[in-house]
Amino acid sequence: MHPITTVHYLALSAALLLIGTVGVLTRRNIVIILMSIELILNAVNINLIAFSHALKNIDGQIFAIFVITDAVAEAAVGLGILIALFRNKETVLADEVDLLKW
Amino acid sequence: MLIDTVLFYIFAVMVLGGGILTITRRNVVHSAISLIVSLLGVAGLYLMQQAEFLFAVQIVLYVGGIMVLFLFVIMLVNLDQAAKERQFNRQWPIALAAIALVGAQVGYFVWKGKDAFRIADASLPEGTAATGNTEAIANSLFTGYLLPFELVSILLLVAIVGSVIMAKKRV
Repeated sequence: MHPITTVHYLALSAALLLIGTVGVLTRRNIVIILMSIELILNAVNINLIAFSHALKNIDGQIFAIFVITDAVAEAAVGLGILIALFRNKETVLADEVDLLKW
Repeated sequence: MLIDTVLFYIFAVMVLGGGILTITRRNVVHSAISLIVSLLGVAGLYLMQQAEFLFAVQIVLYVGGIMVLFLFVIMLVNLDQAAKERQFNRQWPIALAAIALVGAQVGYFVWKGKDAFRIADASLPEGTAATGNTEAIANSLFTGYLLPFELVSILLLVAIVGSVIMAKKRV
């Protein structure tokens, strides 16, 4: 078996990014769209950690911490918006939110 | 070396399998459980790359924090109606085509650059640092990255205020 190199991590991260993108673009349920965004951010983190490990540089891990912080803030605000939306429109489906469309 | 390879593939299956289950399940709670599996796989990958602090942060913050937030909202919001309806929106063929295009591009670049990425792997590990991973992160975070660190605290404050305002019944 081949030893695991940085390329393996990059390929895994690219695959996870694509899975997350599929979720964001095709699902109707807003909760699942938010979960897919978490998947995308985790793909970014895998990439950062892989390069941090390969280049023996700690900066990648620092960036990963900032990305995780952003993910937390995004999830909190997104779920707050979801609750407000459900209270006003009784729906969690993204394509039924068309108040500003004409 | 062999155990590394086996562990990598176990974690990779966890990450990708959990991710695919997350975006295909009809029941949102099942999606959340699959997402936990995926995030635990990512945590395992962190551990394999000597990022112990991030491994702990990943489990405590994601699996312990964000997932509880998700499950909390799933229970607050009535999702039974949404589970009975169409799960994918009408633009899905276009979306899949666009994603396939992006995937082909990314795959092509990773494939083309695989020799360039290997240079770094070949370099010898310069005497494993005496300081631990957490200590190294703290050193970097509180010196070189002090300003971003403080700015992130403002971001979190804004996010707290925003989510409270959003979830409040009447502002």
